[in-house]
Amino acid sequence: MDATLSFDEAIEKFDPVLGFEVHVELNTATKMFSSAPNVFGDEPNTNVNEVDLGLPGVLPVVNKAAVESSILIGLALNCTIAEYCRFARKNYFYPDTPKNFQTSQYDEPIAHDGYLDVELEDGTVFRVEIERAHMEEDAGKLTHMGGATGRIQGADFSLVDYNRAGVPLVEIVTKPIEGAGARAPELAKAYVAAVREVVKNLGVSDAKMERGNVRCDANVSLRPYGREKFGTRSETKNVNSLRAVEHAVRHEIQRHAAVLDGGGTIVQETRHWHEDTKSTTSGRPKSDADDYRYFPEPDLVPITASYEWVESLRARLPEPPAERRKRLKEAWGYSDLEFRDVVNAGLMDEIEETVAAGASASVARKWWMGEIARRAKLADVDPAALGVTPAVVVELDSLIREGKINDKLAREVLDGVLAGEGTPTEVVDKRGLAVVSDDGALQAAIDQALAAQPDVADKIRGGKVQAVGAIVGGVMKVTKGQADAGRVRELILQTLGVSA
Amino acid sequence: MAAINRDDVAHLARLAHIEMTGDELDRMAGELAVIVDAVKSVSEAAGADVPATSHPIPLSNVLREDVVGHVLSQEQALSGAPDAQSGRFRVPAILEED
Repeated sequence: MDATLSFDEAIEKFDPVLGFEVHVELNTATKMFSSAPNVFGDEPNTNVNEVDLGLPGVLPVVNKAAVESSILIGLALNCTIAEYCRFARKNYFYPDTPKNFQTSQYDEPIAHDGYLDVELEDGTVFRVEIERAHMEEDAGKLTHMGGATGRIQGADFSLVDYNRAGVPLVEIVTKPIEGAGARAPELAKAYVAAVREVVKNLGVSDAKMERGNVRCDANVSLRPYGREKFGTRSETKNVNSLRAVEHAVRHEIQRHAAVLDGGGTIVQETRHWHEDTKSTTSGRPKSDADDYRYFPEPDLVPITASYEWVESLRARLPEPPAERRKRLKEAWGYSDLEFRDVVNAGLMDEIEETVAAGASASVARKWWMGEIARRAKLADVDPAALGVTPAVVVELDSLIREGKINDKLAREVLDGVLAGEGTPTEVVDKRGLAVVSDDGALQAAIDQALAAQPDVADKIRGGKVQAVGAIVGGVMKVTKGQADAGRVRELILQTLGVSA
Repeated sequence: MAAINRDDVAHLARLAHIEMTGDELDRMAGELAVIVDAVKSVSEAAGADVPATSHPIPLSNVLREDVVGHVLSQEQALSGAPDAQSGRFRVPAILEED
């Protein structure tokens, strides 16, 4: 067992070099090479045809929309679009592909040599060089059955669903990222977030990490400071949330540092990230590219991207995310700090949608950055993945503004929404949470509260109006928080004959 | 000069999941070496100015519009499977490779 090093000690001794392969699932209507539907979550093996199953005699045909989406991604990543490129077969035997090969691109990617400017939490911009973005197809989904652990080790057999097989993917590969130092984990998270933002902004992917629309393999290697040659890298797979990317890179830097510091050597291998233990375990030794026996796909002809085609796509590029941020910040009137917090929490889209659905920018921020973010932290998920929709926030806000519920009850309503009890209004009805604003019912509670604190009542009569809070508190206690605080205050003052 | 030796054949056999005996490896190394040498004559004929060909007809951009077409039912999809369960293909447990 290697002695552990803290992250700070690891960075003090070694210079981390990162690299990422991000797979983006395109949201085309059909698959990359077949006209079967590209739909998530359907019954197994209902979105497949003969091409996806690799049956004998089938001929794949390339999806034009998928090529255009790939070119758009290339352009948004400031890449050169290849005038001529081909598909290649990547041969391997594993039941996630029924063909015994994945149709991919090898030495002729559709886009190459670009960059993406990534903004870190404090506003620093870090340029990540993009080596290539290539087209390929996704694989089917395996479920390992039996065995003691339910994991593949010890499984008795596996079940395969090919609905995902053939879904168009774009794999974005960075050049080695040097110079991030102690900010490497933060940069890792920011880079994947930036790629996700780019593809979502282009509208070419649903970009939901929790559904696997955006998946990241993170390469980490360490070298002594001042040395040019890279150290041996590990490639961590299955890092499928922004938080996981940050944690996995941090973990691997510490793991490598401990091994190297103890005089050991790093094995070039794939590692698997485990969200539960926040650690990686060894996968297989990394195959050489030769082992995949790539060769040009003989069933498909090359793709040629003419100047006119590429330029017509370039004209379709939406507002870049950095410019969008600038515009939204102004529209929402947030301070630098407020806006950066929103961006870092990954909640810009949610707030934009909430504002579009009718809430004010400040109300949207209050909910997403406050109660929803707090609950997400407790549940250890990204706030956007908690299950609260912009429509829920707007409805909660309306209920509060109409005086039907107060802030405290709203939190209880949110409990109900997250427990699957329906819309906020339905939860209010089912749980009987509406505030009591009926004067008769309130008056009884007020009289009770005043009788319990006669000294406070005297103070208020004597002009100390601010003491009314203690009586309001008493009323809230009696009504279990369901009273309309504003109305209660008015009634108390009225009862005591004091003007506000 | 043979470009393929016995170790290369053993490696390829492992990648292709083919079990081969020692005798077979020896024989195949010899045969593949002859084939590779024969193919080499092509690279002698084609200079650096001749691009590699993957398709005999110079076509490009044979593309399909993104419109849903033919789909199999689950029953049809599984009809050729040696084994199936819960609407899925059932396959033997295989060591992790992904």
